[in-house]
Amino acid sequence: MTTPFPFSAIVGQTQMKLAMVLTAIDPGIGGVLVFGDRGTGKSTAVRALAALLPPVTVVRGCPVNSERPEDCPDWAAVTATDLTTRPTPVVDLPLGVTEDRVTGALDIERALTQGEKAFEPGLLARANRGYLYIDEVNLLEDHIVDLLLDVAQSGVNAVEREGLSIRHAARFVLVGSGNPEEGELRPQLLDRFGLSVEVTSPDTIEDRIEVIRRRSAYETETETFLAHWQAEDAALRARILAARTALAGVATPEDILRDCANLSLALGTDGLRGELTLLRAARALAAHEGAAAITRDQLRAIAPLALGHRLRRDPLDEAGSTARVTRAVADVLA
Amino acid sequence: MSAPLAWTRTMRAMAALAVNPAGLGGLTLRARVGPVRQTAEAALAKLPGPQRRIHPEISDTQLFGGLNIAASLAEGRMVRDPGLVETPGLLILPMAERCPPGLAARLGQLLDAPSGHALVLLDEGAEPEEAAPMGLQDRLAFHVDLSGLHWSQVAATLPAPAEIDAARARLADLPLSETALATLTTLAVQFGIDSLRAPILALTAARALAALDGAEALCEAHLTEAAELVYPVRATQLPETPEDTEETSEDKTPDPDTEDAGDDTATDPGPELPDEMLIDAVAALLPDGLLDRVAARTRARGALSGGGAGARRRGNRHGRPLPARPGRPDGRARIDVIATLRAAAPWQALRARHGAARVVIHPGDIRLRRYEDRSDRLVIFVVDASGSAAMARLAEAKGAVELLLGQAYARRDHVAVVAFRGSAAETLLPPTRSLVQAKRRLAALPGGGGTPLAAGLQAAAALSDQARRRGLTPAFALLTDGRANVALDGKSGRAAARADAETTAALLRGATDQGCVIDTAPRPGREAAALAGYLAVDCITLPRADAQRLSGAIDSALGGG
Repeated sequence: MTTPFPFSAIVGQTQMKLAMVLTAIDPGIGGVLVFGDRGTGKSTAVRALAALLPPVTVVRGCPVNSERPEDCPDWAAVTATDLTTRPTPVVDLPLGVTEDRVTGALDIERALTQGEKAFEPGLLARANRGYLYIDEVNLLEDHIVDLLLDVAQSGVNAVEREGLSIRHAARFVLVGSGNPEEGELRPQLLDRFGLSVEVTSPDTIEDRIEVIRRRSAYETETETFLAHWQAEDAALRARILAARTALAGVATPEDILRDCANLSLALGTDGLRGELTLLRAARALAAHEGAAAITRDQLRAIAPLALGHRLRRDPLDEAGSTARVTRAVADVLA
Repeated sequence: MSAPLAWTRTMRAMAALAVNPAGLGGLTLRARVGPVRQTAEAALAKLPGPQRRIHPEISDTQLFGGLNIAASLAEGRMVRDPGLVETPGLLILPMAERCPPGLAARLGQLLDAPSGHALVLLDEGAEPEEAAPMGLQDRLAFHVDLSGLHWSQVAATLPAPAEIDAARARLADLPLSETALATLTTLAVQFGIDSLRAPILALTAARALAALDGAEALCEAHLTEAAELVYPVRATQLPETPEDTEETSEDKTPDPDTEDAGDDTATDPGPELPDEMLIDAVAALLPDGLLDRVAARTRARGALSGGGAGARRRGNRHGRPLPARPGRPDGRARIDVIATLRAAAPWQALRARHGAARVVIHPGDIRLRRYEDRSDRLVIFVVDASGSAAMARLAEAKGAVELLLGQAYARRDHVAVVAFRGSAAETLLPPTRSLVQAKRRLAALPGGGGTPLAAGLQAAAALSDQARRRGLTPAFALLTDGRANVALDGKSGRAAARADAETTAALLRGATDQGCVIDTAPRPGREAAALAGYLAVDCITLPRADAQRLSGAIDSALGGG
């Protein structure tokens, strides 16, 4: 039971899966927020993602998963210079986590035994170059949210406590999931997520039956089930890797830039982050689809994901943000 | 209802749970403390595997483990205490209706992880609104309600451990049947159950029951039994009921994410799927007041949703923890032992040379715990939807409330909506931050009937009291023309109605800090002003067709946030 449910075996939920694959192609997109009702497979998808991601190359023994020996922080005193591969880190941020576990703090063990001041890296260090997953993100304590906002923005975790003054790289893809009925997210945190998706239960009975069928196959005939779907996962992983190499070669026509700007203007999104994410995600999608340049089709597909959560919130608008984005896309890209 | 039947089902649920605890998640047992619950707990205790009792205020350290300071200091290395969750087993949570959202989320994650845990919620809720968190209940297969059973009717009758072991061994050999899959999924859709966990759990339950009975394959009886155990509490609609019931049910469950279209396509299932027998069996078990229950569930959900950000005020010893800061213990603040030790730790090697003590802590090392606590405001909208008000300006009043809701959102206030019309008042929306729901409930509010002002005030006062107990600061906005004509007992009559309104106004005045009365009469009258006098708040006249100005006025009357 320790192998997670395979990513490819998730029925439907194309938007959610697409958003996650895009962040795997270009981590710079900046994270996915998955909002949806109970029992729609949010957590399942994130857990499955960990098994799907291609491995990363890191300096052996580096606590922050540095890519090159010279990137290793001084305080870690990494002596090894050889590289090794490891699975992309997907770090769980539990809800009740304390500040010092997130940022890292004085290493009590070494302080106790050797009387030394040493830094014990926290979850942010472990998540560097990987994913940081927060389930029930809307229930996260405010002070932890503040901390994450700052780090997610700067990509650097700075610790100034207990006489320590430490900084290290903390670039991670933030993945959050939650149930909107249990509380709203602060707009500042919403903005840190590159893409957002809303998931609902599948709406045809065949899909529902298929979900149950796969789930019970996973539980009862685990091995055959996994053998089949892990092959699919491997194919998807290969596509992700291919897309990563293709990414740099995807052309960005001038018209597309203009479209991005027009879309953001039409929707009145705050700041330029929306446009940049839209462009990056569209480029990742183009790479994923094997296109040579970004086209309006990719913009159309990405716009709801990239802009939906950035609209100036009108709490009383029944239509919902997705509908507003769709309308604007239809107008602008007509 | 035949009481022993409920008990038999409870026993079956427990037996099934014993066979496959991790797959089924667990059981919600709703019962007040008493001999019946004791018998049920005694039966629980007989289930195989380790069992741990936890409580709603359990700390993360207890649950997930943490540093054992005494041992760490003694041995000079990190010694961790294992948490309760590290050994898989059955967690029993009494007083589950008090479970805070944070703990619910953590337990939910625990159940999702393939760790082999199961959870039993002992729900002692007295009111329908008080219930264990829905997010957790959704993950547990079974829900049984033991209220109404008499102790003489119950006895713990679980299969012998050997039988359970045998059943567990048989479980793997049970073939999966496509029809069972289709039947259970369709059935879930017909009862309006959106979560896909329900059919998964029902299928697992059916398999466990079949294994218990030593069956070769899943048969109809097991499916029925599993559906009976899993579906009734989750049902949000009755399949193929008379039109009127259906409509009310949908009115009362505004589930933002329910795909109505999906349900519609699903309710006309394929040729072989409508399992009349199964539907009858489950429908017979649906609680009598399904619609009330559904409403109560949405309420319970709403009531919980507000607590997420921690809006409790409990003095300086509780609240959201802030970083510890240096200080001297003064009898009021508590010492943060870990932070103090952290502060002292780096110096130990140095200090140890001078003294024999194993750990030397100087006064300067002492760190005190600090908590921040805030009290959020709850704005209760008390809306007069009677005939007289509806005729005049109910629509305008709704418009004003919507504007206010927008402002409440900006200030992160909680809102609640109470409406009164006909002969009684109704809490349309319990305290929540979900404005979408507030707006929806308000839009669906019909007008007409008498003006049971006293009932409205009483409901608002009760709500304020509740909110205050939860640490909120209640305020109210009363939209009425003040022309009460229905007394508390539901009888019409202006004199009695007015007397009752005066009494309940005093009640509400005592229960809230701020408030205002908004006169919705076609022409500003004395009644509303008099009412405002009793309530000791301002009276604002609803300006003609200018909701914006009104909301500004109310905002300043309520203290401007």
